[in-house]
Amino acid sequence: MTTSSILRLDGVGIGTLADVSLAVAPGDIHCLSGPSGSGKSRLLRAVADLEPHAGQVWLGEIAQSSLPAHAWRARVMLVPAESQWWADSVGEHLSAPPAAEDLAALGFEADVLDWQVSRLSSGEKQRLALLRALGQAPAALLLDEPTANLDEATTRRVEAWLVARIRKRSWPVIWVAHDREQIARVANRHWRIDGSKLRTEEVASWR
Amino acid sequence: MEVIPLAWWQLALAALMVVGLAGCTAALRLGMSRSLLIAALRTVIQLGLIGLVLEALFAAEQLLWVVLMALAMLLIAGREVMARQKRRLSGGWAFGIGTLAMFLSSFTVTVLALTVIIGPDPWYRPQYAIPLLGMLLGNTMTGVALALDRLTDSAWRQRAVIENRLMLGEPWQVAIGDIRREAMRSGLMPMINAMAAAGVVSLPGMMTGQILAGTAPGLAVKYQILIMFAITLGTGFGTLAAVAAGSRRLFDDRERLRLDRLAAPRR
Repeated sequence: MTTSSILRLDGVGIGTLADVSLAVAPGDIHCLSGPSGSGKSRLLRAVADLEPHAGQVWLGEIAQSSLPAHAWRARVMLVPAESQWWADSVGEHLSAPPAAEDLAALGFEADVLDWQVSRLSSGEKQRLALLRALGQAPAALLLDEPTANLDEATTRRVEAWLVARIRKRSWPVIWVAHDREQIARVANRHWRIDGSKLRTEEVASWR
Repeated sequence: MEVIPLAWWQLALAALMVVGLAGCTAALRLGMSRSLLIAALRTVIQLGLIGLVLEALFAAEQLLWVVLMALAMLLIAGREVMARQKRRLSGGWAFGIGTLAMFLSSFTVTVLALTVIIGPDPWYRPQYAIPLLGMLLGNTMTGVALALDRLTDSAWRQRAVIENRLMLGEPWQVAIGDIRREAMRSGLMPMINAMAAAGVVSLPGMMTGQILAGTAPGLAVKYQILIMFAITLGTGFGTLAAVAAGSRRLFDDRERLRLDRLAAPRR
């Protein structure tokens, strides 16, 4: 079990966003919303160091720029809205076979590892991408609309599984979401992009 | 045995037949006659000029002139490598990487073949050095151009895959590994095919020329094998260097895929 750390953005600037600072405690989920084109995905890409950006990102005491970039990305794992699959079968993309309970929670059987990638639906790809990323043993998660291609029932199921994993592993998480109800269900804190700034919003009070 | 001399009027007969071919394609509206004639004319002018240059070069037999000639050939090949790429690295990198890769491989292999293996006196004797370098550069150029074109174009098309692999924590060498292998393959395939087909499907040009000039087939075969190996070495190491440097240039020091370093394709 890795010791969990705070994920902290310090004056991050990319695209139209400037001077974004926030801190996500271990096990907390900060939801990020905003109109399309407002820079949600690019902000996640900056945190994962996939694009040149201003400012610094910290994972506990470790600065983003102090680690080799691939080592940083292995810790601060970005799961994109649209996942990519380059080999023939699903199993070739996973570093280790996932636990049976995780497979079952996402609605798969063990034989999914032998499935051909070309026959996956977009929803299956999305769920398997989450499984693939979480199997890399990250220390923080950046989720870009992780349930965008899923129907209502599957969304609830995947959401519940994700939240349970996040709490158990104490990962700090930034979660891009559109759906207000989903934000109300999962978020500890909600940031809304307003021009070049992030504005904090009330998360529904019943939580 | 002496080579049978060819007169210009005899070449004119062959040229007349090419014009006839162009006439046929024009009559059938196949639209190739213009480029066919221009290419034929270029052959005559370019080879005529290089004939004059070589005669002067052979007469002088001085290291300085051989080196100048070699450099001119290298720069023209470098320009050609750059021109053959659809999305090339911008800021002079396409020319620089291509030229440096060809310089390192072709020049080294040529000098080695001349000094260690063939051993003419002096070692830079232009009758040996220039044709040898020409064949090496020509083939290395094709390999390097194919490999770099494949590398940059595949990286452009598969950028989402490369970035997803980076997100999963893979080092850049792993994330672009498949594309590097493809690029190496397309650079080396023509030479591997040529070696596999030599003597069975095709008679290599240099060997044919030597036999026409009266060399015993046994000796011509030995020279041809040497040339084939030299070309393979030149192409192989040149492609290797170009792919290594080119793929490194596609990423920055934070291992980010930097497709903004590729120039837009010309139309």
